[in-house]
Amino acid sequence: MSAVNASPNGTPKVGVYVCHCGINIAGVIDVTKVVEFAKTLPNVTVAQEYKFMCSDPGQELIQKDLKDGKIDRVVVASCSPLMHEPTFRRAMAACGGNPFLFQMANIREHVSWVNKEKGSATEKAKALVAAAVRRVVFHKPLQKTQVPVNSDVLIVGGGISGIHAALTMADAGRKVYLVEREPTIGGHMAKFDKTFPTLDCSACILTPKMSQVRAHPNITLWTYSEVAEIEGYVGNFKARVRRKPKYVDEGLCVGCLECIEACIFKKGKFKDEFNVGLSLRKPIYVPFPQATPLVAVIDPETCAFFRTGKCKQTCAEVCERKAIDFNQKEEIKEINVGAIILATGFKTFDASRIARYGYGKYPTVYTSLEVERLVNAAGPTGGEVLLPNGQKPKAVGIVHCVGSRDEKTNRYCSRVCCMYSLKLAHLIHERTGAEVYNFYIDMRTPGKGYEEFYDRLMKENVHFIRGRVAEVSDWAMTPEEEGKLVIRAEDTLVGAVRRIPVDMVVLSVGLEPQPDADEVRRRFNISCSTEGWFLERHPKLAPVSTFTDGIFLAGACQGPKDIPDCVAQAGAAAAEALAMIDRGHVELEPNTAFVTEEFCSGCKTCVPLCPYSAISFDTSKNKAVVNGALCKGCGTCVAACPSGALQQNLFTDEEIFNEIEGVVKYV
Amino acid sequence: MTYVYFPGCSLTSTGRGYHESLQEVCRALEVPIQELEDWNCCGATSYMAVDESKAFALSARNLALAERLGNGSTQMMVPCAACYLGLNKAQHYLQEFPAIRGKVDKALAAAGLAYSGRVQIRHPLDIFIKDIGRDKIAARVAKPLAGLKVACYYGCQLVRPYAEFDDQHNPTTMETIMTVLGAEVIDWPLKTRCCGGSLTGTIEDVGLRLSYIILTEAQKRGADLVATACPLCQFNLECYQGKMNGRFGLNGKVPVAYFTQLMGLAFGLSNKSLGLNRLFVPLPERRAVAAGGGAHVRG
Amino acid sequence: MEKWQGWDKIQYEAGLDPHFGTKIASIPGGDKLLACIQCGTCSGVCPLSPYMDYTPRQIVAMIRAGFKAEVLSSYTTWLCASCYSCTVECPKEIKITDVMYAVKRMAIQEGVYPKRFPTPVLASEFFHSVEKTGRSTESWLLVRMYLKTNPFKMLKQAMLGFNLWRRGRMGVGVESIKRKDELHRLFTAMENETRAERRAGQEVRP
Ligand code: SF4
Ligand code: SF4
Repeated sequence: MSAVNASPNGTPKVGVYVCHCGINIAGVIDVTKVVEFAKTLPNVTVAQEYKFMCSDPGQELIQKDLKDGKIDRVVVASCSPLMHEPTFRRAMAACGGNPFLFQMANIREHVSWVNKEKGSATEKAKALVAAAVRRVVFHKPLQKTQVPVNSDVLIVGGGISGIHAALTMADAGRKVYLVEREPTIGGHMAKFDKTFPTLDCSACILTPKMSQVRAHPNITLWTYSEVAEIEGYVGNFKARVRRKPKYVDEGLCVGCLECIEACIFKKGKFKDEFNVGLSLRKPIYVPFPQATPLVAVIDPETCAFFRTGKCKQTCAEVCERKAIDFNQKEEIKEINVGAIILATGFKTFDASRIARYGYGKYPTVYTSLEVERLVNAAGPTGGEVLLPNGQKPKAVGIVHCVGSRDEKTNRYCSRVCCMYSLKLAHLIHERTGAEVYNFYIDMRTPGKGYEEFYDRLMKENVHFIRGRVAEVSDWAMTPEEEGKLVIRAEDTLVGAVRRIPVDMVVLSVGLEPQPDADEVRRRFNISCSTEGWFLERHPKLAPVSTFTDGIFLAGACQGPKDIPDCVAQAGAAAAEALAMIDRGHVELEPNTAFVTEEFCSGCKTCVPLCPYSAISFDTSKNKAVVNGALCKGCGTCVAACPSGALQQNLFTDEEIFNEIEGVVKYV
Repeated sequence: MTYVYFPGCSLTSTGRGYHESLQEVCRALEVPIQELEDWNCCGATSYMAVDESKAFALSARNLALAERLGNGSTQMMVPCAACYLGLNKAQHYLQEFPAIRGKVDKALAAAGLAYSGRVQIRHPLDIFIKDIGRDKIAARVAKPLAGLKVACYYGCQLVRPYAEFDDQHNPTTMETIMTVLGAEVIDWPLKTRCCGGSLTGTIEDVGLRLSYIILTEAQKRGADLVATACPLCQFNLECYQGKMNGRFGLNGKVPVAYFTQLMGLAFGLSNKSLGLNRLFVPLPERRAVAAGGGAHVRG
Repeated sequence: MEKWQGWDKIQYEAGLDPHFGTKIASIPGGDKLLACIQCGTCSGVCPLSPYMDYTPRQIVAMIRAGFKAEVLSSYTTWLCASCYSCTVECPKEIKITDVMYAVKRMAIQEGVYPKRFPTPVLASEFFHSVEKTGRSTESWLLVRMYLKTNPFKMLKQAMLGFNLWRRGRMGVGVESIKRKDELHRLFTAMENETRAERRAGQEVRP
């Protein structure tokens, strides 16, 4: 096929626009030389340079030349297409051009940022421009397709982020499915007593939102459930949700808790997950009195009936509403939604990984999450800070950065530990009158009212020692140290090593991705950062979007975050999802695969290869058929087709070969 | 398989008891060893402080000699913690840093030697547990160390930074062996804390203080004796007790023996063959021990 | 009370060596030194830090900032027992023990270590005796060290020496390897290599 035929109106007229990107590009590449070179290339009718092509005046340069009929195809040599390809395509479309008669040459990330030597950088930029010009000549005037959007939303994770996103979407009139893995919503926030820096009661601000979720006519709440499978694409996802049996009928149970009273186990015997193991529960239980929904759950792992088949089932006997159902089975629900918000949260760092801190060895070494339960009025000690021997500690050490800022565990700063350590210091000091020592590397309090809170703590006479704790151990050097845990650390501001005897150690553990974050990311086809946090589309400009359209992120699954930030992000994710849904349709990129039927031999190689099940087989014609709405343009089938019948828009053989030749011929 | 035995300088002098007992125990366990012919000093901590390349060259000569002995899979038995570390460090740096490797290779060639990196450096603790196994050791026990409370002390350089055979923070190999011998082990937090190394000889106050801290803690936790796996640790902890007594008020005397001496004892080998006569602080009486404690000699 | 020294605490830029940090960081794997966050873990785990004039963390900070004179003449490095606690625990994986070695080497090369302080003297004596014989003989080593630092101390140690000798734990002869020539060829070649590096204008590591 000749290039001339590929042009809509006769000979192609290519405009080349080279961007300086301030000094990002122009500092290394001789832009003028690139422009002069571009003018010599076949089919180029205009070549120009400009400081910032992405700015309005930059875009107007293109638009003017298009309108004046000087050009019909555009090459912009600037940055990565990730950010600004849509910008320039939009600019072309706005003045009647076809946005796909466009190609970007990335001379910033691929050239100026990675080359120091000006001469060779300029040469490489020329080669990339030559390639783009050769390629764009073969571009076809493609059209985007539109598909309608389902207006329902799936929100995964019922912590504060998921709750806030769900309520926002539901209040806007959307139907929301909120799926939570635990028997109750509330997440980590439900475990806290107070929140920093205002010290307002966590339960007082969270439980009203939890009951709103429960009562909202637009929200379907599925707890004890997990998303098993996702199919489809933006605007039209199909999800399969696995609902684990609670062995208690949610519709019948009114949360009177008689059954728990009646259980043959007279006392709790099994580790209470909600109290992070600091108390014991029965096989039938509710996680905490404000659990939502307030429905009892039977844990088959510990229930006598499930384990031995022999039990009087006193729980079932006592339930007047006959809510207990030992025959309940797992259920799979299928739903269709237009958008998904992931709010799957975090887990805390496993403190036993740092042997020097004695967690698991000394019973008076606690993690911060455990202490959150101890200071909680609804916790195992009724809010009193008591040691295992029932006494109040007289001296407490709080160790910051446990599992954070360390090459051997997690390199990143967990962002919330300084502030929650201050909060715990305050609460422990208030409840026990103990001397509290904070051991920190750097105090990080960037937030509204945070530094003021730090100020307040210092005035409350809490001790601050700038030094990472070297060791928590029980060998005494002085009589005062006998029978105590000794914290050894350098007081770096003084320049001396100190040994501080304490009765209780609190390890301020960092935040980590959920253990199954990688599985979840695969299921939803999104990306993770190296640490395992879900990756946002752009760290600044698209912080709640993912690289998969229609899937948004909220809260700590994207990275460590405190409550205000989680809520803000949840609101943002809801707004982005709403904006997408309210458009009523989504436009699909035309970079899909297509079959040239005369070449297709019907070998079916491609059918099972497609990761998105977009290829079906027409048995009457004996040809493969691509569903353009499902095709994501990954190119797998194109590469696999033995007869060359499969081609992909924007990546046809001639486009790619010409691009390669552009580079090779120039070099 | 024969292990190439690298005694190191200390085992020919202050650590002779280690040398003797290790050989006896190997014989008893049928572990064939062959002393590395014409081995040289490992360089210890001092060499590194003066000339890094020569320190690596010293170790490289030993490794080259050892490699020449075995055919491609030399296992080198290194009982001294300082030698163990020095050789391991050279091994790691030769692998990690091509510049050092290049230099050392050339120097070795000038001396008619070559090293390809295939020697495995192993401590006897590692060999006894991993290669010989606790069952074989147990089978050899004739007079169990019943009633003896042992504080196992590893010191620093044996586990840090290179030992892979045991946990850096809480090693347990020696405890395993002691338990197999019938002894009781105490749990204590100082088993990998530094004894002061050569500071006892240079800045005595400081060196002694470090050894003193270790001994008192072992005493406090009810240990009858301290078992060591390093000649310098043994020397520091044992031979300066008189001075620690005067200076810091160390309470009485604490026997400090090589773990190999204790193995030999449990195997029923003679005191003399194990070098026990060389100890400054005698071990608790055997009979008293067998009777289940109570009358331990504690100096 | 010792002489009051407050007036010379201020450090002028002119008194610093801006290349000191990068020079020390040129040891194998030393670049991580520049990532120190001054957390003090090294000092906290160090069993010797209570006896040092600067804690290991301070030494790292001073190296970065170019306090060459102070670092080379400090006692800290000579108190380091090479126990590797700091190296193992540093959250930034800085090989602090190796940094201490590098400082020691530079101090010896430039002759600025604390004079009459036993550790550097022992190190040099050890070095020379092994260079000659291939092995170290503890008894003679100590004798030479005491002669150079504090001869009276030797008398005090005589009893320990006698007790060791009586138990066959200390010889009077000098230990040596057989093929000393082999070792000398090795060392000479090593020295030539270093000289060649220097001639080639390569940055020579401390
Ligand atoms: S432990 Fe490492 S990071 Fe921390 S102060 Fe010491 S050298 Fe710096
Ligand atoms: S290696 Fe040296 S500086 Fe590091 S902890 Fe041990 S004695 Fe201290």
